[in-house]
Amino acid sequence: MSQWPAISQIAADVQSGTTSARSLVEKSLRIISEKKSFNAVMCTLDDSALRRADEIDVKVAAGESAGQLAGVPFIAKDNFLVFGAETTAASNILKGFTAPYQSTAINLLEAEGAICVAKANLDAFAHGSSTENSDFMTTLNPIDPAFVPGGSSGGSAAAVVLEMAPFALGTDTGGSIRLPASYCGAVGLKPTYGLVSRSGVVAMASSTDVIGPLALTVADAATVLEVMAGQDDLDGTTIAREAAGYLVGSTDLSGVKVGVVTEYMAEGVAAGVRQQIEAKIDLLKASGADVVEISLPSLPAALAVYYILCPAEVSSNLGRYDGQRFGYSHKDAKDLTDSYTQSRSIGFGREAKRRIMVGTYVLSSGYYDAYYKKAQTVRTKLIKEFNVAFETVDFLIGPTAPDIAFRIGENVKDPLKMYLTDILTVAANLVGVPSISIPAGTSQGMPVGLQIMSAQRSDRKLIAFAKGVEGLTS
Amino acid sequence: MGKLSRDDVLKLAKLARLDLSPTEIDSYADELSEILQYVEILQTVDVSGLEPTNQVTGLVNVTRPDEIRDYGYGPKDLYDNLPAMENDQLKVKRMIN
Repeated sequence: MSQWPAISQIAADVQSGTTSARSLVEKSLRIISEKKSFNAVMCTLDDSALRRADEIDVKVAAGESAGQLAGVPFIAKDNFLVFGAETTAASNILKGFTAPYQSTAINLLEAEGAICVAKANLDAFAHGSSTENSDFMTTLNPIDPAFVPGGSSGGSAAAVVLEMAPFALGTDTGGSIRLPASYCGAVGLKPTYGLVSRSGVVAMASSTDVIGPLALTVADAATVLEVMAGQDDLDGTTIAREAAGYLVGSTDLSGVKVGVVTEYMAEGVAAGVRQQIEAKIDLLKASGADVVEISLPSLPAALAVYYILCPAEVSSNLGRYDGQRFGYSHKDAKDLTDSYTQSRSIGFGREAKRRIMVGTYVLSSGYYDAYYKKAQTVRTKLIKEFNVAFETVDFLIGPTAPDIAFRIGENVKDPLKMYLTDILTVAANLVGVPSISIPAGTSQGMPVGLQIMSAQRSDRKLIAFAKGVEGLTS
Repeated sequence: MGKLSRDDVLKLAKLARLDLSPTEIDSYADELSEILQYVEILQTVDVSGLEPTNQVTGLVNVTRPDEIRDYGYGPKDLYDNLPAMENDQLKVKRMIN
């Protein structure tokens, strides 16, 4: 039994005076402190969180509305700017950086009464699948500390499963919300590209970066998306929210057309993972869903597309870290160029440098057409295949990851092997469709995640379906 | 695409304003070659008749009025993060020796 009621219930209890926001923040901070050894959290925001809690309690006492998320504590991945707090993106180059403004997503959550209590660990700049690329510490998997929690939102996923707060925020560029959700046994929702504003979030690869919630239930994730979704004039890529919102929708599974992705159940997916996904498929069929197998032939090329586009965009986005305006600045440089070079060389970790180098290569003169342009064109092919698939089925399903979590240290020496953990998640980012990972049993005692995708701008339908699937038990 | 040489790596590092140690140069030459070898799979994909995709949700030329708005913070709030300042201006190292 979870230590936290449903998020909507927590807010209702605060509004009715049954619970105080202060007691919720104190509870969250206490659990964080008790489970500190998992390294899920980089820092807590005790003073500002307690101050905000008191403001909410005063509002409630005065009979005012305190919002849809009144008093609900949450944890933000440390690549979200939180006003007045240190924001490092788990990188040395941003150590000591204090956010002068705040991300839109957090502004929206705070306006509805939610309270940010802590910042979660991640792979530095969100580059990674395990949090081992964090410049400060590695988060441990909450189910078994010998294993990684997945990444890059590994601190957020671990924090939610350790019940440090009812929800956490993550970012997903190639699977960074869904993979750790799968490895830790949480729900991780990557909305349609552009549905949540990225203003005030440290950029990784701008053509695929999205923001989303991690929680223990689909309903809780939906409650958070409901507050964050929509256009923002500080992020020109944002799209309009669905008029009906994200809390309602049919969870009835009968007659729903579901496509099991052939390439996602192929060789390379561990038998124990496949078994759990097949068990869910059987339950879907028994509930009257119309399940077919569907092939997207270009999927095997998706990871290669991603590992060209992502480093290219990373090398561009990390160009701003030059040691002049913010972040680490090398004191003993002899001139401006030397100051750029020394600040970056000392400030960036190995994975950031590796991606900058690959990105610089694929964007450099003479190679641009062969790599970047080719990758963007294969991306078009992938989009077309998804569009065709969504003409015949409502949802595409498969595992979130080809295997359960790996052991800490197992993949650190082999960057390509680490990249391969994203093989089933990157396509949703390249195509821009919403995708959710929900728990689907265990294999060798470790969580398995079921991934569900639907067409762009059908997040509401996806959430309702995921609630239906979540409720299936054998 | 063959294996990247140490010179290739040094050239890239210079373009990216990175100063690499000898060990880093060697390991990046190997790792980058392996990554570039992996993405070679794309050369086998037939994309005839297709255009590259740069934006997935179909947005074109998103603009907003060019006007000053108060977002609750100003230049002085950004100064705190500047590594060096003089007379309310950002101070950098000399550009020409």
